[in-house]
Amino acid sequence: MRALNRFFTRLLNFTTRSGGGERLREEIESHIAAQTEENIRAGMTPEEARRHARLKFGAMEAIRQDYHAEKGLPLFEDLLLDIRYALRVLRKSPAFTLVALLTLMLSIGANVVVFGIVNAVLLHPLDVSDTQNLYQLRLGQWTSFKLLTTSYPAFQDYRQRNTTFSALGGYYGWSEARLSWGNSVKSVYGYAVTGNYFEMLGVQPEIGRLIQATDEHGPNSAPYVVLSDSLWRSAFNADPGVIGTTVRLNKDSFTVVGVAPARFHGTEQFVWPDYFIPVVNYFDAEYLGNRTGRPLVVLGRLKPGVTPQQAAKNLSAIAAQLAKEYPKTDTGVPLRLVRPGLYADDGDVIRGFLYSVTGLALLVLVAACANLASLFAARAADRSRELALRVALGASRWRLVRQLITEAVVLSVLGGAAGLVTAGLLLGTLSRWQSPAFMGNAPVTHLAVSVDTRVYLAALAFTLVSALLFGIVAARQVWQSSPLQAMKSGPADSMTLRRFTLRDLLLGAQIAICMLLVTSSLVAVRGMVRMLHAPLGFQPQGAMLAEVDLSMEPGGNVGLERKKAMLEALRSIPGVAAVGTLSKSPFTGGIRGIPVFPPGTAEFTLKNSVLAPYGFTISPGYLEAAGTRLLRGRDVSWRDTTKTPRVAIVNETFARKIWGETPAIGQRFIFFEELREVVGVVEDGKYHEMTESPQPAVYLPLSQDEESWPTFVVRSQRAPNEMAAALVRTLTGLEPDALITVQSWPDTIAGALFPARASTMTLGVMGMLAAMLAVTGIFGMAAYNVSRRMRELGIRVALGARTKHLMSAAVGRPIVLLGVGSLVGLLLGVFASRLLGPIVYQANPRDPVVVGGAVLTMALLGMAASALPALRALAVDPSKLMREE
Amino acid sequence: MKQKKDVQQGTLALMLLKTLDVLGPLHGYGIARRIEQISGDLLSVNQGTLYPVLLRLEQEGAIASDWGPSENNRRARFYRLTRAGRKLLGAEKRDWEQTAAIIARFFDVKAGELV
Repeated sequence: MRALNRFFTRLLNFTTRSGGGERLREEIESHIAAQTEENIRAGMTPEEARRHARLKFGAMEAIRQDYHAEKGLPLFEDLLLDIRYALRVLRKSPAFTLVALLTLMLSIGANVVVFGIVNAVLLHPLDVSDTQNLYQLRLGQWTSFKLLTTSYPAFQDYRQRNTTFSALGGYYGWSEARLSWGNSVKSVYGYAVTGNYFEMLGVQPEIGRLIQATDEHGPNSAPYVVLSDSLWRSAFNADPGVIGTTVRLNKDSFTVVGVAPARFHGTEQFVWPDYFIPVVNYFDAEYLGNRTGRPLVVLGRLKPGVTPQQAAKNLSAIAAQLAKEYPKTDTGVPLRLVRPGLYADDGDVIRGFLYSVTGLALLVLVAACANLASLFAARAADRSRELALRVALGASRWRLVRQLITEAVVLSVLGGAAGLVTAGLLLGTLSRWQSPAFMGNAPVTHLAVSVDTRVYLAALAFTLVSALLFGIVAARQVWQSSPLQAMKSGPADSMTLRRFTLRDLLLGAQIAICMLLVTSSLVAVRGMVRMLHAPLGFQPQGAMLAEVDLSMEPGGNVGLERKKAMLEALRSIPGVAAVGTLSKSPFTGGIRGIPVFPPGTAEFTLKNSVLAPYGFTISPGYLEAAGTRLLRGRDVSWRDTTKTPRVAIVNETFARKIWGETPAIGQRFIFFEELREVVGVVEDGKYHEMTESPQPAVYLPLSQDEESWPTFVVRSQRAPNEMAAALVRTLTGLEPDALITVQSWPDTIAGALFPARASTMTLGVMGMLAAMLAVTGIFGMAAYNVSRRMRELGIRVALGARTKHLMSAAVGRPIVLLGVGSLVGLLLGVFASRLLGPIVYQANPRDPVVVGGAVLTMALLGMAASALPALRALAVDPSKLMREE
Repeated sequence: MKQKKDVQQGTLALMLLKTLDVLGPLHGYGIARRIEQISGDLLSVNQGTLYPVLLRLEQEGAIASDWGPSENNRRARFYRLTRAGRKLLGAEKRDWEQTAAIIARFFDVKAGELV
């Protein structure tokens, strides 16, 4: 209590700058006077009396200092002084300050951005209760059937038969619908969930109630919908009165029972569904009873004390039983458990990418620190005379070191603050970003990145660590310098040789790191370019996609004649070169893994199938409109009807995998339980993701598959926006009730390219930052060299040195360092290839283009950075220089 | 010539408080003189060192000070004990006596008593 009291008084004195000097002076005066008088009374002469009084009082200055120290907070006062001095010093060399601030801002900013994302994706737990025992079911191994989800009957079997889970629930994550309420309509995406979904996750409603297990009594028994917070706010203005009202999803009515909490968005970090409806009301009774459809992602909570391995064993045993009971549909593939959150298995890739980017960002920071350290050390060397003077005047070395470190901290706090602000803006933009939601079958994806305490702390840590890293180098130099030497010999002397070695080392390390980063970003850019030029099997450029939402029609579809009419109408739009329809455009999901059986198969069990290709339904003209090359045979035709023999077009991989070298045309296979004849072979393409290996695909004619829901593909030379308007007009004229969405094909596949683009961007930015650091580092070093040796260079010129010698004297050292550093960086880059493998498409750091490009980049940068100082060295006018010094 | 003793850490504050307790408000010089007299000139105190201690005690609230006229009509700063200071003095005194008693007992101990 007393100590606290005292601290506050001192703090007050410190802030009001009241040192009490006046009071002490007066007290001392009256004290001395009193003592003097007494001494005089004791018989001394006045002078003697005064001298004795002073002697008795003691060392006046020391007492005054003690008094001051007692009065205020000396540590803070010194600190304030140091900071003010540091600011003055920094203001005096604006170029240095600007470069240093920029460097710090960019490198700390980059690290804060990366950490912000890592924080949001990896460190932030899902907003459900107790994620520790929550797991997601996955097939234990890759099978030729890539569907990784579970059928509803199988889910029910797992739920009833397992002994290891306290709860097992699931959701179908691809539900999309037209939400209509009052007079408004909106396209929304959501989850169809099992009744126990919310209870299992332990989520409490924001208002109203959530869907409960007791709601479910078989198919179509629970017409209830839970809105997401964002949908509730955007569509219903956060009106609590919406509870109990009826809305329509497509043509079915649902009662709004509640709103989910704002932060809850299911169990996937990137996915934000708009609504939740019971799965029993999303699918019809027939589909729910079907074991071949596999809609559900199954989540489960383990019973206490059960390990994931035990649970997986339990479930796999059930799967094996089911395969015996239903051999036609269930494969009995063993199951395993994964953590939900990052697209299950893909999580490893995402995690790997984020960790490597974090590593690269930290390398940028280290390079920046090396850069600043050498700049700081150079400045400290220049200031050695000033520093020596201060030591001579009685400043302690510790005080000088503190001064230099204060300068470093002030600099990095300013730079770090700027970096944090920039990073905050960037993260805010990222947070607002949403994937273009179109035909995607995908719920709205975005990442909620918040700049929370952890991010602030990380920024502070980055700032302070970098300040210490580069401040200590300069401080160490001061600690070791001898004031006498420094005063005698001026700034340049032989003693600095060792210092140069340290700085050389720093610059070399910096160049090596930069080279590594430049190499990796070049690898990424090369991979991206390659990916963009990889054959897609279709030409998105110049094509538009139009989706006609026919879900308001009975059965959610229209007859073939109406589809044909739409195609004809589109074809007659001026400027349209080709039109066609496709059941599902590539990269937007699509049907895959449908078993193919050889002709004559009696039992359609999965064991008897030979291939599991992607399946598409196309209209005549689609291949032309999409720009897919027909290699052999013919296109599908309107003359292929349900009354003529079933036909199919296959891609090269399909043909090669089944028939090898035998010509595919005329071959037969069983697909969707019908015997089909191959009439054409088309080129291979990409169907699901850019990085996939060649996959088999089969195309069926629209006229033999009337169930299919078409996406129109229109190729034309006209501008996309013009074309889009014409498409909407034409289609609305024919189908006034349908919801029509139009997008250019390149925009649609942008989503598929997003991860690659984002990672290339990230690596590119890192590379650019590194290149910038290399330039400032080399420039700083070379410029410093030249300015220090101006006099020497002047003498050399006066003595008739040649340009070549002068140049080598001026910038020789940076160039040598550049060479050595680059070589080391290049080697590191080549060895770091494994780091880039999972991120970058066909990463190959040994690619001669990459190596050559990196070397060329560094050489150019080095040349550019040393050009200015070299020119200055050449322009040295010896007579002027001699006079100056 | 008698050997002068340095003031032990912390004891100066205690002497100061006791002086103010006994003699009432005093200025700095007066306190310094009293301490010298009472200690019988056995202590060597630079009189000036009193002032930082006075300031600390004042900041802790143990003493208070005001300007006032001294004997020779000079303006001087007079220090007096506050209620908190009196309490502090009492506590310090007990502490001191206890310590002194313990030390005294150790000096009185004879070897035979420790069996």
